[in-house]
Amino acid sequence: MPDVEIPLEKWTGKVKEVKIGGGGRKEVVVGGESTLPFLAFESSNPNPPKIAIEVHDKEPTTWAAPLLSAWGDAVKDPGTWAKKAVEFGADLICLKLLSAHPEGGNTGPAEAKASVEKVLSAVDLPLIILGPGVAEKDNEVITAASDAAKGQRVALGNCEEKNYRTIGAVCLSDGHIAIAKTPLDINLCKQLNIMLSDMGVPADSIIMDPDTGALGYGIEYGYSINERVRLAALGGDAMTAFPILNHAGGEVWRQKEARASDGVPDAWGDLEERSIIWEAVTATSVINAGCDIVVMCHPKAIERIKSTIEKLTGK
Amino acid sequence: MALTGIQIYKFLPKTNCKECGFPTCLAFAMKLAQAGAELSACPYVSDEGKAALAAASKPPIRLVTIGAGEKKIEVGNETVMFRHEKTFVHPTGLVVRIKDTSSADEVAKTVEAVKSYSVDRVGMTFGMDGFAIENASGDSATFVKCVEAVSSKSDLPLILMSSDASSMSAAVDRVKAAKPAIYAATKDNIDQMIELAKSSGCPLAVRSSDGLGELAELTEKAAGAGVDDLILDPGVRGFADSLVTLTQIRRLALAKRFEPLGYPVITFPGEGASSLDEEAVLAAQHIAKYGNIVVIDCFSPAAALALITLRLNLYTDPQKPIQMKPGTYQVGEPKETSPVCVTTNFSLTYFSIAGELESAGWPSWLVVCDTEGLSVLTAWSAGKFDAEKIAKTIKGENVAEKVNHKNVIIPGGVAVLRGELEEELPDWKIMVGPREAMAVGGYLKENWKS
Ligand code: B12
Ligand code: SF4
Repeated sequence: MPDVEIPLEKWTGKVKEVKIGGGGRKEVVVGGESTLPFLAFESSNPNPPKIAIEVHDKEPTTWAAPLLSAWGDAVKDPGTWAKKAVEFGADLICLKLLSAHPEGGNTGPAEAKASVEKVLSAVDLPLIILGPGVAEKDNEVITAASDAAKGQRVALGNCEEKNYRTIGAVCLSDGHIAIAKTPLDINLCKQLNIMLSDMGVPADSIIMDPDTGALGYGIEYGYSINERVRLAALGGDAMTAFPILNHAGGEVWRQKEARASDGVPDAWGDLEERSIIWEAVTATSVINAGCDIVVMCHPKAIERIKSTIEKLTGK
Repeated sequence: MALTGIQIYKFLPKTNCKECGFPTCLAFAMKLAQAGAELSACPYVSDEGKAALAAASKPPIRLVTIGAGEKKIEVGNETVMFRHEKTFVHPTGLVVRIKDTSSADEVAKTVEAVKSYSVDRVGMTFGMDGFAIENASGDSATFVKCVEAVSSKSDLPLILMSSDASSMSAAVDRVKAAKPAIYAATKDNIDQMIELAKSSGCPLAVRSSDGLGELAELTEKAAGAGVDDLILDPGVRGFADSLVTLTQIRRLALAKRFEPLGYPVITFPGEGASSLDEEAVLAAQHIAKYGNIVVIDCFSPAAALALITLRLNLYTDPQKPIQMKPGTYQVGEPKETSPVCVTTNFSLTYFSIAGELESAGWPSWLVVCDTEGLSVLTAWSAGKFDAEKIAKTIKGENVAEKVNHKNVIIPGGVAVLRGELEEELPDWKIMVGPREAMAVGGYLKENWKS
């Protein structure tokens, strides 16, 4: 029999481990990889990818039908929503403070604090808290959220190139984790991590979101950016060696394939089935490319990815 | 891994006779290394030298063809582990399995559903690529009948699945000309399967569940007997073992140039899954991580759409987005009164908005700016879709002459451009459309008065 000697990569780098939660809250550890995803023959990656379930601080008005029917009335209140997310198997809750958006309610720090407290008291899972994606408002509500969650080590974001200082500083002073978001570019990603590190944000307190598109809408870029950053990290570049977070769900549910049942070709099949597979395929692509925390929405897609991760890791 | 001029030189006669058209053997070798000459130009290379050079210049993963004619499946010839390193080249073949234990009716239905399945994406049409017919009955006549039934209804490539060499031989006999793949040679039947592959000229799949060593032993045997078109089935079926094993095979082929495993790989996600959506997710993993032919058991349009889309995405060249020629396109048959819309020349962007205008029943003029294949927001961020560019395109395309109005709709994502555009195009009214193409029908209904 020919002698088959499996080539092993001699990686010199290792992804930082980041612990989210604590202070009475459940803890989740992500990162720590010393090889590419799920390649147990080469090295053992200690922490399987985790699923964060998206929860909003206000009832979604533009959600697709399959999501609304799966969640029912739970989406009317962030606390109830978060509880239901626990039932659906969440490892973490990703609370989005969307009502702070100037065009979506323009609520302020007080409302943000109230929403965060609701979720904190409803569930004991670790939290990710994101602003509405408008710099000024992000700073305002994330500062309030940080205060409300003091001592419970939550992940806060997004820190973006032009707007990382305030959130970075808040994380630093309250002992939270900064989420560094950059648009699909390894150099920008690295640069932002350097800037946060220069501010004094410790290496065990950075999670990066290098961005992704949905299946059919840029998944190839999300897939490749994950692979590139992870390879750089394993190759020894400390400034890319942080856990990766991807918003697979949020990207997918904006797209037509997840929303449209009428006026689409027969070849698209049933909306419910299609939308769930769309989210599951997007999520499975990013975890195979290195994602550590995948943020998702539909309970059935979540169940599928949970089982996929278990099968991939044997855990 | 191409050879250097010096390495090639070792195999040449070193007599400098010049018959190849080069002054010296070394000069010829250098040219060969740059692919600027053909080895056959030298009449004096020994057979041994020829063989050695051919082996060294072989692609690390063989390109294998299943089927004949226009719809044939070509897989293999991949040169990278990661698509960003260069690109993945031969898209995964997606094949649907039919068992010969199904009723004639079921078979006919599946064949019809699969062969007529067709989806349009970014201006291209895709479908499923073939059928795998399994001799699940174990009976030779039933198998042959099923193969005939499928091949009489469809000209898509076939993979014939039986471990019984005489059943396989009978089936191959009926469809030989269509060059089906033979699945599979195992250690128990390999001699007969090799004979069959040789006599029919069909590609041969080789299966072993006893490790890559045994798989390599089988392929060496087949290759040694002159069967070069091989397909690997390492017998792994689950999420973890298939990811690991397929990664190892790709690494061995590329990094080690381990020839016995330098062939495309076939996978069966349905055997590692217990539901339709689980099969789809495992198939997606195989598309991303080193499966070349993926055999699907539960054919469903929704899952097929997702897999075809993933394949298209991951197999596009990362250096070159799929793009349109800039210019003015007609959606339907627009008239003088029809809307004028502006967009970018990223194919996905163009087809998103064109498709919505069409399905909402709005014949329109769609002015496509040259943004080097970038989407609306990406192009805007990169400074490739600004007021100046849009104005220049509208003027250059003589849009004003095509219509009897002066209204132009820009994507909602770049609403900020309105002010500047009003300055650049003073006699036009700039209308800001919705952000998402999906909403364009509703928007026009409300805002377009002609
Ligand atoms: C894939 C992607 C890329 C790819 C490029 C893909 C491509 N060929 O364009 C890459 C990785 C190269 C890239 C690079 C960059 N990107 Co980019 N990218 C994306 C991503 C993930 C998806 C874009 C996409 O393909 N969308 C799908 C297409 C179909 O959308 P679309 O063109 O907008 O079309 C829709 C609508 O606009 C509408 N529409 C289209 N035409 C028309 C016309 C009319 C009349 C109407 C009414 C509607 C309409 O219909 C479509 C469907 O709804 C987005 C984030 C996201 N998830 O959306 C970021 C994003 C667009 N990128 C962004 C940025 C900043 C960049 C960079 C500048 C980063 C950098 N500094 O280097 C670079 C610039 C590129 C360069 N320098 O060359 C930002 C833009 C920020 C902003 N809001 O302005 C985004 C939003 C990410 C983010 N959140 O920060 N990017
Ligand atoms: S023909 Fe062959 S032997 Fe003669 S110079 Fe060319 S390479 Fe050398």
